[in-house]
Amino acid sequence: MPRRTDISSVLVIGSGPIVIGQACEFDYSGTQACRVLKAEGIRVILVNSNPATIMTDPEIADATYVEPITPHFVAKVIDKERPDALLATLGGQTALNVAVALAHDGTLEKFGVELIGASIEAIEAGENRESFKAIVKSLGGEVARSVVCHTLADCAAAVDELGFPVVCRPSYTMGGVGSGMAYDADDMRRIAGAGLDASPTTEVLLEESIFGWKEYELEVMRDGHDNTVIVCSIENLDPMGVHTGDSITVAPAMTLTDREYQAMRDMAIGVIRAVGVETGGCNIQFAVDPSDGRMIVIEMNPRVSRSSALASKATGFPIAKIAAKVALGYSLDEIPNDITQETPASFEPALDYVVVKVPRFAFEKFPAADPRLTTHMKSVGEAMAIGRNFTEALQKALRSLEKPDAVFSWSGLPGDKTALLARAAIPHDGRLGVVMQAIRAGAGIDEVFAATGIDPWFVDQLLLIHQVATEVATSDTLTPTVLRKAKRHGFSDAQIAELTGGSDEVVRGVRHALGVRPVYKTVDTCAAEFAARTPYHYSTYDEETEVEPRTRPAVIILGSGPNRIGQGIEFDYSCVHASMALSAAGYETVMVNCNPETVSTDYDTSDRLYFEPLTLEDVLEVVAAETVAGPVAGVLVQLGGQTPLGLAAGLAAAGVPIVGTSPEAIHLAEDRGAFGHVLATAGLPAPKFGTATSFAEAKLIAEEIGFPVLVRPSFVLGGRGMEIVYDDDALRGYIERATQISPSHPVLVDKFLDDAIEVDVDALYDGRDLFLGGVMEHIEEAGIHSGDSSCALPPITLGVEDIARIRESTRAIAEGVGVRGLINIQFAVVSDVLYVLEANPRASRTVPFVSKATATPLAKAAARVMLGTSIAALRDEGILPASGDGGDLPPDAPIAVKEAVMPFNRFRTEDGRNVDTVLGPEMRSTGEVMGYDADFGAAFAKSQSAAFGGLPVKGRAFVSVANRDKRHMIFPIKRLADLGFEILATEGTARVLRRNGVPATVVRKHSAGPGAHGEPTTVGRILAGDVDLVINTPHGSTSDGSPRLDGYEIRTACVALNIPCITTVQGLGATVQGIEALRAGVLGVRSLQSWARADDEAAADVPNATTVPDASTVPDGAA
Amino acid sequence: MSVAEAVLVLEDGRTFRGEAFGAIGETIGEAVFSTGMTGYQETLTDPSYHRQVVVMTSPHVGNTGVNDDDMESSRIWVAGYVVRDPSRVSSSWRAQRSLDDELSAQGVVGISGVDTRALTRHLRERGAMRVGIASDASPAEALLARVREAPEMTGAALAAEVSTSQPYVVPAVGERLFTVAALDLGIKTMTPQRMAERGIEVQVLPATATLDDVLAVGPDGVFFSNGPGDPATAEQEIEVLRGVLSREIPYFGICFGNQLFGRALGFDTYKLRYGHRGINQPVLDRSTGKVEVTAHNHGFAVDAPLAGRTQTAYGPVSVSHVCLNDDVVEGLELRDDQGRLRAFSVQYHPEAAAGPHDAGYLFDRFVEVMDGSRRRSRAMDGSQRRSRANRLNKPPVTVEGSVVSASSASTDGEVS
Ligand SMILES: Nc1ncnc2c1ncn2[C@@H]1O[C@H](COP(=O)(O)OP(=O)(O)O)[C@@H](O)[C@H]1O
Ligand SMILES: Nc1ncnc2c1ncn2[C@@H]1O[C@H](COP(=O)(O)OP(=O)(O)O)[C@@H](O)[C@H]1O
Ligand SMILES: [Mg+2]
Ligand SMILES: [Mg+2]
Repeated sequence: MPRRTDISSVLVIGSGPIVIGQACEFDYSGTQACRVLKAEGIRVILVNSNPATIMTDPEIADATYVEPITPHFVAKVIDKERPDALLATLGGQTALNVAVALAHDGTLEKFGVELIGASIEAIEAGENRESFKAIVKSLGGEVARSVVCHTLADCAAAVDELGFPVVCRPSYTMGGVGSGMAYDADDMRRIAGAGLDASPTTEVLLEESIFGWKEYELEVMRDGHDNTVIVCSIENLDPMGVHTGDSITVAPAMTLTDREYQAMRDMAIGVIRAVGVETGGCNIQFAVDPSDGRMIVIEMNPRVSRSSALASKATGFPIAKIAAKVALGYSLDEIPNDITQETPASFEPALDYVVVKVPRFAFEKFPAADPRLTTHMKSVGEAMAIGRNFTEALQKALRSLEKPDAVFSWSGLPGDKTALLARAAIPHDGRLGVVMQAIRAGAGIDEVFAATGIDPWFVDQLLLIHQVATEVATSDTLTPTVLRKAKRHGFSDAQIAELTGGSDEVVRGVRHALGVRPVYKTVDTCAAEFAARTPYHYSTYDEETEVEPRTRPAVIILGSGPNRIGQGIEFDYSCVHASMALSAAGYETVMVNCNPETVSTDYDTSDRLYFEPLTLEDVLEVVAAETVAGPVAGVLVQLGGQTPLGLAAGLAAAGVPIVGTSPEAIHLAEDRGAFGHVLATAGLPAPKFGTATSFAEAKLIAEEIGFPVLVRPSFVLGGRGMEIVYDDDALRGYIERATQISPSHPVLVDKFLDDAIEVDVDALYDGRDLFLGGVMEHIEEAGIHSGDSSCALPPITLGVEDIARIRESTRAIAEGVGVRGLINIQFAVVSDVLYVLEANPRASRTVPFVSKATATPLAKAAARVMLGTSIAALRDEGILPASGDGGDLPPDAPIAVKEAVMPFNRFRTEDGRNVDTVLGPEMRSTGEVMGYDADFGAAFAKSQSAAFGGLPVKGRAFVSVANRDKRHMIFPIKRLADLGFEILATEGTARVLRRNGVPATVVRKHSAGPGAHGEPTTVGRILAGDVDLVINTPHGSTSDGSPRLDGYEIRTACVALNIPCITTVQGLGATVQGIEALRAGVLGVRSLQSWARADDEAAADVPNATTVPDASTVPDGAA
Repeated sequence: MSVAEAVLVLEDGRTFRGEAFGAIGETIGEAVFSTGMTGYQETLTDPSYHRQVVVMTSPHVGNTGVNDDDMESSRIWVAGYVVRDPSRVSSSWRAQRSLDDELSAQGVVGISGVDTRALTRHLRERGAMRVGIASDASPAEALLARVREAPEMTGAALAAEVSTSQPYVVPAVGERLFTVAALDLGIKTMTPQRMAERGIEVQVLPATATLDDVLAVGPDGVFFSNGPGDPATAEQEIEVLRGVLSREIPYFGICFGNQLFGRALGFDTYKLRYGHRGINQPVLDRSTGKVEVTAHNHGFAVDAPLAGRTQTAYGPVSVSHVCLNDDVVEGLELRDDQGRLRAFSVQYHPEAAAGPHDAGYLFDRFVEVMDGSRRRSRAMDGSQRRSRANRLNKPPVTVEGSVVSASSASTDGEVS
C-alpha cells in the first residue's frame, strides 16, 4: 500500500514542557515524525509550548505554533490552518488527551480533520483500564482482579475481596498520579482518599497486587495492512510494584524461554488488533509469576511512549519515524531499514548485545519527599548503556548516571547482611547498591531473590560482578587477564583503582601499556546478519573493532547525559544544533552521549554516534578510537552543560584538543576566587563573598558581609544545596548538613541581595566582537533560581541604559575570562547597581528559549565560533543577523515569556502529603514553556496556560502575604477586585487591604482550625474548591527548612487541586496583567514563521470571547 | 565455570581463543550463525543442525536452563556450540538442568568467551565454512589440518543419519480427520504436533521409506520434513515425491521438504553464502501480500523464477513466498489444471519452535488441500480414474500440450 494521496497537511501535537513521566523522548519522536512528513511533501503544522525542543525549530515544521497545548488553543490552530489530518500518537499523553478532547467537543468533525495513527475508539479502548481488561479477557488473556470504587466505603469492601496489599489507581489520571500501593487500612484511606480527589470522576480502581512478579514490556509496530512486528522486548530488573519508568530495565528480555516469549508476543499482537490501533507503535506491559509462569497483561499505551524511545535506541529501529510512515499508509515492507538499507522494516530486530537503562532521581532536591519507589513514576531522567553482556552494560549505565554513589563500590565494610536485605526489600533509589553490599556481606542468590524479587539470573550477574571485583582486589599485580576480565564485566578504571588502591591515571596507564583497550561494535538491528550503513557504536572489550577510517576532520561533541533537574533537554538542543552547523560547515560530527530520550542520540543526527557514558575514561577511549580513524579537529565541551564542562580539564591534561573556550578560561569563570579577580580588574561589582571549609570560617565571613547570606557548595549546577541563611544557627545547621566539604570543595558564602531584579544574559564572544543573544528579565526577584523563575525577553522594565551597561559588563567578563563561544551571565540589579551573580562559560538552559524568541540560531553560531569562525563572518554568512543583536530588539518586537514547570504534584511525604512548593535558590523545575505574543500580559497568560492550565478570569482570590510584601500587593489586589474577583484574606492581610479600600473577607487561619459553627479555614475552602486563585508569599525565615505551617498547608492544597498559587509579589503583578489580557479575550495563535515574517498579514488575533482555562498538560508515566 | 582453554579454527585459518563450554574434546563441522534471541534449546535439538557448529549471536545463552518439554528431538544435534556468555544459573520455573551439564552429558563440545560478532561478520563476508573446536589442548595447527580434511556440507547426504529407524504414529488430537504420511528427514517434535492439533494422524516414516511404504499408509496427504544436508543428494526421496505428485496426493513440505519439492518439479537447488538462521525473517505471502515474521534454518535454497508460473509435468508451479531480506524463494505451490492448490511447501518453519507463530496457517492450508482432494475423489467416477491411471504410463503432458520432462522445467512469462 503506497502512501495516501488524500493527505496534504498534518497537524502534529507535541508533548509540551518536560515533566516527570514525559521528557524529551517526545521531542525525539515528534521531531522524527515531522521530518518524515516533511520529506513526504506534506505541510507540517506543529503545536508545542516547549521552546527547548528541536521539533519547535522553525525549519522542522512549516508552521510552528509555540502555544499552549490545550484544546482551546489547538482548536484555534486548527481553525487557522485547516489541516487534513491530526497525528497525536507521538506527543505523549498530552497530545493524546488534547486529541480526545477535540474529538469529543466536535472540533475535529467541524473542521473535517482526520485523526491518523489511532482512532478515538482505539485510544479509549486502550487507555480506559476497564474496557482494556475486557478486551484482554476476550482474547483469553488474564488481568489482575480489580474493583472500581467511588467512595472509601466501596474501597473497604473491595479490599475485603482483594486482600492487602492493593494497588490504587485513580481513573483518567496518567503516570500513576495519585496512585499507590496500600499495605493496610491507613495506607488505603490515605492513597484512595487522595486518588478519589485526583480523579475527575472521583473514581479509583483497586487492583489485586502482583507485587514482586517479573515485569516485561513489548514494543509493537503495526501497519495498515495488519503487518505487526515486535520491535523489542524489555525486562524490568525491578519486579512489579516499581513503575517501569523508575525500574532498571534490560533489553532484550533475559529470562524467558521461547515458549513464554511467543505466548507474550501472540497476546501483544492480539491486543493491538482488538484495541484497534490501525497503525503505529504501541507498548504493552506484562507481569509473569516467577513460580509458575502465569502471565498477566498490565496495560497498553496506544501510542509512542518513553519505552519506544528506549527501544528505538536499543535496537536501531526508529519507531517514531516508522510510525509516521505507516500512519501515511505505507506498509512496513515498503519502508527500508535505514541501517542495513538493503532490508525492509517489516522484521523484528535481533540484538547481539545487552542494553540496560537506569533511572535518575532527584530526591536530594525534595528532602521531604518519600523516597520509596512505587507505582507512580518519580525519576526525572535516565541513562542507557550498551555492552556485549549484562554486567558490562549495567556498570556502564550506572556510571553514566554521574552519581558517585550509584557505582558499585567495595570500599569500607558492607554492613550487616540481614539489615541490608531488609533495606533492599523496599524499592528505593540506590537499592541495587544495597543488594551488592548484601552480596558482599554473604547473602546468597536465594536470599536476595526472596527479599527483593529480583530474578535469580540478575542476582547471579551481580554476584559475578562481586566475584570479579574480589579477583581484582586480591590479584597482586594487574595482569592482562585480570584487567581484561574486569573490563569485560564493565569495571571502570576508577573502580579498578579503588579495588587495587591506585589512581585512575595509574590504572589507565597500566591498561594502555598492556594493550587492554575497548573495541567499538555497531548497533545494526540484525546481529551482524547484514552490513550496517550507520556508524552507531558502543564500546566493549572484545576482539574486533568496527570503526571505519575517515578523511574529513571530525569534531567530537560531548552531550549532557541523563536528564536531571538543572540539566535537561536544553543542553541536548544545543548539542544537536552544533552537530547540524558543523556538518554543514564540512566537518564529520561525532556525538557522544548516554541519554536514550534525546535527539542527539538518534543515529542520524550526527555522522557518528557513540552511545557511551560521559566519564573521562570513556570519552578518552572514544577520542583515541576516532584519532586512529582520522583527523580530529577537537572536542566540544561547551554545549552539553556542566557534565562535559567538568571533563574539559582532564581531557586537556591528556592532550586532547578542546575547541572554543579553553579549560583555563573555564576555570577562571568557575573558580570563585579567580572569577573575583576577573570582576575586580573589570571593575564590576559582585555580592561580597567568601569561601569556608568550617562553620567558624563561614561565621566570620557572614559577620563581615552581613546576613542574610546565600550558602552553597562550589562547582554545582542548578543551585544544588543552595540556601538563604538568615542567622548563625541556620548557618551552623547548613554547614553540619552540607556533605563532603573539603579544601577542594569549600562552601561559598555570598551576601544575599534583597529585592534584586535578576537578569539572565546569553552572549557569544569571538575574542573581538560580542553578540548579545538575549537579555532576560526575571519576574521573580533574585533568590529564586534562574531556572525556576519566569522571565521576559525582551526585558519589560529595564531601560536602554541598563541594557547598555549589561552589554558592556558582559563584554568585559567575556574578555576577562577569555570566552570563545557562549557565555551565560546572571546579573542582579539593586537600586541601580548591576551586580554580577555568576558567569557560566558555556551554553545555558536559556539558549533554546533565546534562539526561538529572537529567531537566531545561537548554538549553531556558537559551534562555528568555537571552531574559529568570527561573528562578523557569521553575520555575512547569514547565520547571525547582518546587524544588531538580541540586546537591541525593536520596540515592537513580540514578547516571549518563559515559565518554569514544577514537579511538586509528583512528590509526597512519607505520610502522603504533598511537598512544599515555595521557590528558592535551589532549582527544582523539570521543564519550561514559552508564551509568545505582542505584549507581556498576553504572553504571560499563555505561559500560564501552557505551564499548568491557565489563570482564572473570574471567581475568588485568596490572599495571604508576608509583612514585607503587604505594601507591594495592594495595587495588584485592588485591580483584581476591580476586575470582579471576590477577595478572601487572612486577618492581617485583610486589614491592610480594607484600609486601602479593597473589600476583603477574612478567612480563618488553618492553624486556628474550623470555627465554633464550623466556619471553614483557608485550606478547607481551597480543598472545597471554592477558591480560583491563591496569592501566598512565604512568611518568616526560610532558613531552617521547617515548613511555615499555614503557608505550607495552603500551597500544598493548591497543588492537590491544581489551583494557580502565586508565591511572589512580582508574580502577582504579572498574573494580574495576564488576567487582564485573558479578559480582553483576544488571545490568538501565531506561528513562529509568521512572527518572523514582519510583513505577514496573518496577524495573531482570532476574535474570541474569553480564554477558558483548560486542563492542560497531564504528565504521563505510562510505559 | 569451566576455565579450560579452548580454540576455534576456521578452514581459512582464522582462529579464536576462548574457554571450554560443554564437553571437553574436539569437534569439526560447518560453521553457521543463528540470530535468535530465544529458543537455544529448540535450536540445539533441531536435527537440521546435524554436522553444524552453531554460533549464537545472542551473547547470553543458557539463562533459562534446559527442560524436557522444549526438546525438538530426542537429542542435541549440533556438532559444536559457540557462545559468548554462558549462564551460570538456570532461571526458570520450567528448568530441569543447566545447559552446560546437558552439553557435557551429551558430549557436545563448545567454546565460550569468543567474539561471536567478529566470527559472525567473518562468516557473513566469507560464507559458511568448515570449523573445528578443541578444548582438549590440541594445537590449533593440527586442528586446522583436520578441519581442511573434513567433508564439505555440499554433497553431504545426512537425512538418513538423523531420521527415525522405525516408523511411528503421532495420533490425532481428538477425532481423526486425516492421515498423513510424514517422511522424517530430520523432523522436529513440534511439526507432527501442529498437524495432530488439527485432527491429523501422522504416520512418521524413516527417510528410507519407499513409495509403497508411503502409499501403504493410505495417506490423505504426504509430508516431507526439514532436515540436514544437500538436497541434491536426496535422489531416492525425490523419486518417492514424484510418485506422490503424479498420484495427485496432496503434499506439504517444510525446509528440506521444500528443496526436495523444488527438485522433484525440476528446479535446481543451490547453497546460500551463509544461509538463513534465526526467528526474525520477513517473508512475503504473495497470495495475500501479507508479511509474516518467520523462523528459518536453511543453508540451501530452491532456484526457481520469482516471476511467472512454471509449467511442469505435474501442473503449473509458482513461487508462493519470498524472503524480503534477499528475495530467496521461501515457498512453492503446485496447482491443478483448474488452478486448485494440490501441493505446496515452504522453506521456513511454520511449526515455529523456536519462533513466531505467524505462519501457523500453513497447516490449516494443508488440511484444506487434503479436504478438497478428498471431496473431489469421492465425486470422481471410475472412468476418470482409469484414464488417469493410464496417463501415468505415458510421458507426462502439460495442459498446453508442450512436452516437459520433469528434469527440465520451462517457464512461460505468464504471471500468476
Ligand atoms: N548574592 C545573591 N543574592 C541574591 N540571589 C542570589 C545571589 N546569588 C545567587 N542568587 C540566586 O540563586 C540562583 C542560583 O545561583 P547561581 O549562582 O545562578 O547558581 P547556579 O550555578 O545553580 O545557577 C540565582 O539564579 C539567583 O536567583
Ligand atoms: N496489580 C499490580 N500489582 C503490583 N504492581 C503493579 C500492578 N499494576 C501495575 N503495577 C506497577 O505499577 C506500574 C505502573 O502501572 P501502569 O499500569 O503501567 O501505569 P502507568 O500508566 O503509570 O504506566 C507498573 O509498571 C507496575 O510496576
Ligand atoms: Mg545560575
Ligand atoms: Mg506503564
